[in-house]
Amino acid sequence: MNKIAELEHYVGNTPLIEIRSLNPNKNVRVLAKLEWHQFGGSVKARAAYNIIRTALENGDLYEGKSLLDATSGNTGIAYAIFCAVAGIDLTLCVPENCSEERKQILKALGANVVYTSPFETTDGAQRVAREMVASDPSAYFYADQYANDANWLAHYHGTAVELWNQTREQITHFVSGLGTTGTFTGTGTRLLEFNPNIELIGLQPDSALHGMEGWKHLETAHIPGIYNDKLAHRFLEVDTMEAYDMIQQVARHEGLLISPSSAANLVGALKVAENLDTGTVVTVFPDDASKYGALTSQLFNL
Amino acid sequence: MSKLIIPTPLRKFTNNEGSFNSSGSTVREVIHELVSTHDGLKKHLLDDNGNIRSFVRVYVGEDDIKSLNNDLTPVAQNDIVSIIPAIAGGIA
Repeated sequence: MNKIAELEHYVGNTPLIEIRSLNPNKNVRVLAKLEWHQFGGSVKARAAYNIIRTALENGDLYEGKSLLDATSGNTGIAYAIFCAVAGIDLTLCVPENCSEERKQILKALGANVVYTSPFETTDGAQRVAREMVASDPSAYFYADQYANDANWLAHYHGTAVELWNQTREQITHFVSGLGTTGTFTGTGTRLLEFNPNIELIGLQPDSALHGMEGWKHLETAHIPGIYNDKLAHRFLEVDTMEAYDMIQQVARHEGLLISPSSAANLVGALKVAENLDTGTVVTVFPDDASKYGALTSQLFNL
Repeated sequence: MSKLIIPTPLRKFTNNEGSFNSSGSTVREVIHELVSTHDGLKKHLLDDNGNIRSFVRVYVGEDDIKSLNNDLTPVAQNDIVSIIPAIAGGIA
């Protein structure tokens, strides 16, 4: 427990930067939180850390048990980093079609990886995880990031408070894609407590098949247990190709190499900003481009 | 007939059917036959020009059609054609 507790100050507290060149409306500020600037490597560090810490504090996770969860990548990597530090055994159910980089990172960090059907996305990985727990309940602590309150509470106590302070209480709109929905649910819930006039805009892929890592197309996917369907004031759809184009634009004009989901969040934030008279629009960049080598090579003809 | 495997996220549009038998002789013909049978799939698989959306991954057997002849890749009797949801993105 001590080893995990000592990491507290290295999780969260990420920088918030202003998007200037690509902002079409100079009367509105557009801000993005750079979530790869924390121990754990992505926005998922927040949820993974809080899930592990809460499970240790509650006595649900202890020596002899393996932490088990389904993931498409970033949560698994964050778990693997924290588990390596704390000496916790880790088992991950991951769709077989996740990228080679993710497979290599998880292996290097010592995670046991169970590959699941490439046809079933993370919904299938969750099913396999549940079956594993059912067949050997004493062997695993099933973290279940999709239904674990420690996921969204990490953002309620962390991301939202940071945004409120970093914007000097000026945030007017929060825009974010939905995956486990932890970022949106936790951040959005707390922001509305700070100021009920803040507008929450949820982003969705425009199709069941898309390229935004971690995003769920809620119309066709299993709805996460932590999802609050009354929270978003409205939704916008993002096309994968718009996001890929944005990756190129951000690299050339903002000096950041970002991931598809970060780019998709910015597409949504800029659309919101475009139609405002004034305000402060905030989004998150879940991770950078470092784990998307194949896509980066294709986009930039490397 | 070849057999097309439909990924879980798209089965909402195929009355929950997980596969589709096709007489198409290329990947393009197979996908278009699928879409004409299940119209709701069109926006998920094809762009405005009727081409397979660039980030939708299609395999014939074990091979990604991008390493073969893209949507003109031949499909033989008893071939298994698979549509795989992208996890971490990819184009070209």
